[in-house]
Amino acid sequence: MKLAVCAQNEGLEAPVDQRFGRCPYFVILDSESGELLKSVPNGGVSAAGGAGPQGARQLSQEGVEAVALGHVGPNAAAALKAAGIAVYGGVTGTVRDTWQLFSEGKLPTVGEATVDPHHGL
Amino acid sequence: MIIAVASGKGGTGKTTVATNLALVLSWEREIQFLDCDVEEPNAHLFLKPALESAEPVPIPVPQVDLERCTYCGICADVCAFNAIMVGQETVLVFEPLCHGCGGCAYFCPEKAIKEIDRPIGVIERGDAGEISFVHGKLNPGEALSPPLISAVKKTINPAALTIIDASPGASCPVVEAIRGSDYCLLVTEPTPFGLNDLTIAVELLKKLHLPGGVVINRSLGGEGEASIEEYCRREGVPILLKMPWDRELASLYARGEAAVEHLPAWRRLFTGLADRILEEKKEDR
Repeated sequence: MKLAVCAQNEGLEAPVDQRFGRCPYFVILDSESGELLKSVPNGGVSAAGGAGPQGARQLSQEGVEAVALGHVGPNAAAALKAAGIAVYGGVTGTVRDTWQLFSEGKLPTVGEATVDPHHGL
Repeated sequence: MIIAVASGKGGTGKTTVATNLALVLSWEREIQFLDCDVEEPNAHLFLKPALESAEPVPIPVPQVDLERCTYCGICADVCAFNAIMVGQETVLVFEPLCHGCGGCAYFCPEKAIKEIDRPIGVIERGDAGEISFVHGKLNPGEALSPPLISAVKKTINPAALTIIDASPGASCPVVEAIRGSDYCLLVTEPTPFGLNDLTIAVELLKKLHLPGGVVINRSLGGEGEASIEEYCRREGVPILLKMPWDRELASLYARGEAAVEHLPAWRRLFTGLADRILEEKKEDR
């Protein structure tokens, strides 16, 4: 399946970003092989509001089924749930490092918001 | 005629100017006072109106009928504020993000969206002596004040001289409060912050094609004031009043009293300001 990782830049070596709604890039990779599929700029970065819901919508349009992130706010968490996207926390290091942890089953699943709205703005 | 009182910077004395100006004008004219600083209205503390009615002000937000919805996503595509999200088997509406434009309902091909009212605040009215007083009070936690400001402005009585107290800054709530007025006072203070935010407010007046003039509060002379004077000269914006630094004024303010009702010197200053504004507008008194 397609896994998106919140990142500060493009590609597998990009450092992760702890924010969901305002992270600069979503790096999308194949969750089984760890192969890079695509790096997409997060359209929500410059949104006046609703960055979280916009990010969820964007991932849904890319066919993403799971996302690995640091923190997630209440609107984003609700939107990801509605979009049927599984949420994993605990991103760390680079996108590749995070995938490694994911494939070893070491990323915790996140059911609800971990921070208040506008936390990482 | 509508006179708006705005400022770039907060805490420069907008409400002091607006309320004292309204009082001196009310001795000769029919005056209506609108407090459009709906996030923190405080003019009532000085004018002391007997507030009689409170009308709720709603904005329309979408309600989705999931029986008719085909999850096509057009509503989310047209929403400029990411306030509606179409999921796999559900549609989420983030009400605090919704600006109430109605675009989602208009474009829904299945007519599955109807708009329902969501209250964002109230309008309260009452008489303050000879002044007809109206203010808006935004509900705590609400982000969108312009629809409430617009509702307050719908009460404008064209037969009266209306004074509008705007919020600080130069963003949407200020634009909503001051647009359509005939003259806009900008209250500033002789500090680098005062000057910086004044320049933003002056730019806003230019964009809105509004004539305006400046009031310098806490005037002590000195460097800060010279740079404001220099700026106003360069921009061709008149300085209509310099309010001297006055401990008595501050002490009256702290007690919720209007200076023009107690201090003859301030009565003269504000009568002078009223005359200058009407002169600038070349209106016969």
